[in-house]
Amino acid sequence: MIGVSKIKQYSNVLDKPLSKGKQEVSLSAFAFLFSELVQYNQTQVDNIAELERSRLEDAGYAVGARCLELLCHREKGNRRETRLLGILSFVHSTVWKVLFGKVADSLEKGTEHEDEYMISEKELLVNRFISIPKDMGTFNCGAFVAGIVRGVLDNAGFPAVVTAHFVPMEGQQRPRTTILIKFAEEVLRREARVG
Amino acid sequence: MAPAGPRSGDAIFASVERVNAELFTLTYGAIVRQLLTDLEEVDEVNKQLDQMGYNIGIRLVDEFLAKSNVSRCVDFKETAEVIAKVGFKMFLGVGASVTNWDAEGTCCSIVLEDNPLVDFVELPDTCQGLYYCNVLSGVIRGALEMVSMKTEVTWLRDVLRGDDVFELQVKLIKQVPEEYPYKDDE
Repeated sequence: MIGVSKIKQYSNVLDKPLSKGKQEVSLSAFAFLFSELVQYNQTQVDNIAELERSRLEDAGYAVGARCLELLCHREKGNRRETRLLGILSFVHSTVWKVLFGKVADSLEKGTEHEDEYMISEKELLVNRFISIPKDMGTFNCGAFVAGIVRGVLDNAGFPAVVTAHFVPMEGQQRPRTTILIKFAEEVLRREARVG
Repeated sequence: MAPAGPRSGDAIFASVERVNAELFTLTYGAIVRQLLTDLEEVDEVNKQLDQMGYNIGIRLVDEFLAKSNVSRCVDFKETAEVIAKVGFKMFLGVGASVTNWDAEGTCCSIVLEDNPLVDFVELPDTCQGLYYCNVLSGVIRGALEMVSMKTEVTWLRDVLRGDDVFELQVKLIKQVPEEYPYKDDE
């Protein structure tokens, strides 16, 4: 047939060249898909804590692990972050920029505990079209993003407990979302030793 | 003033908000992985993906009609063209083409060369019966049902199974006339 181009077929997915990461889909396609993810998981569990922690976060963990591998290779030329601030700024800038199109709004160190850091965002992309009914309390679909961050940190060698919280702001209708990162002891000890 | 004519898929895609396709791809992969862990049977996963696609499709068609400004399609041929040229472009950013019309004009194939859902994906031996992109068939089925067309959508060719393109067969079963939810004389 005239005009039909044949795409080179690769027998193995690992042989295919890595895309530049510039391809886009519409936001609504992602929003629909994410809403189906949340709805499906709601039918699989009985309580909110489990929904948040084991289902949404685990889904995000898988995404984060793959993101780290992809971005390290593509954006950073296979250099590995070994310092705490290095990996945090990688998450806050590079990961956020690639996944959500902008760097995160802010990165702060926790004042009460040495091992806590917070990444804040006025409105998480995944929460754009989500409204939480009153009877679900403090449930936050940002748990998916918390899972992504945990996946990146864990696979980079910085184990941490990552959770997402709503922080109400005066003068704003929708609360701000904060991703709270609490690093494991070994990370801080290693950081002090390298220090 | 005449109403605005239908917009092309490219124009709409350029005007909607977009996200990185990789986030989309990886999220879809997480969904399929969760389904495989929960349901274990490949056929069940296929059915569940189709159901999820159906749920998406019934809501997606509203947004599609609102943004694309297409007028009522005269026949199924036009419908399929609109899905392939405008619909796929608008949501997934990829073009598709329509081929293989049968004699009555009720059955056609939509061919996708590029598919953002399957980047980085390879099917292991244990999942050979899986239709990884089955959510797409559900979306088309759901969307068309909301505009009064009952269809059956099946996969003819799948790149993950060794073919060179993705080919979906869309078969119109019947046109369902719109039913009013109330009776006139009550």
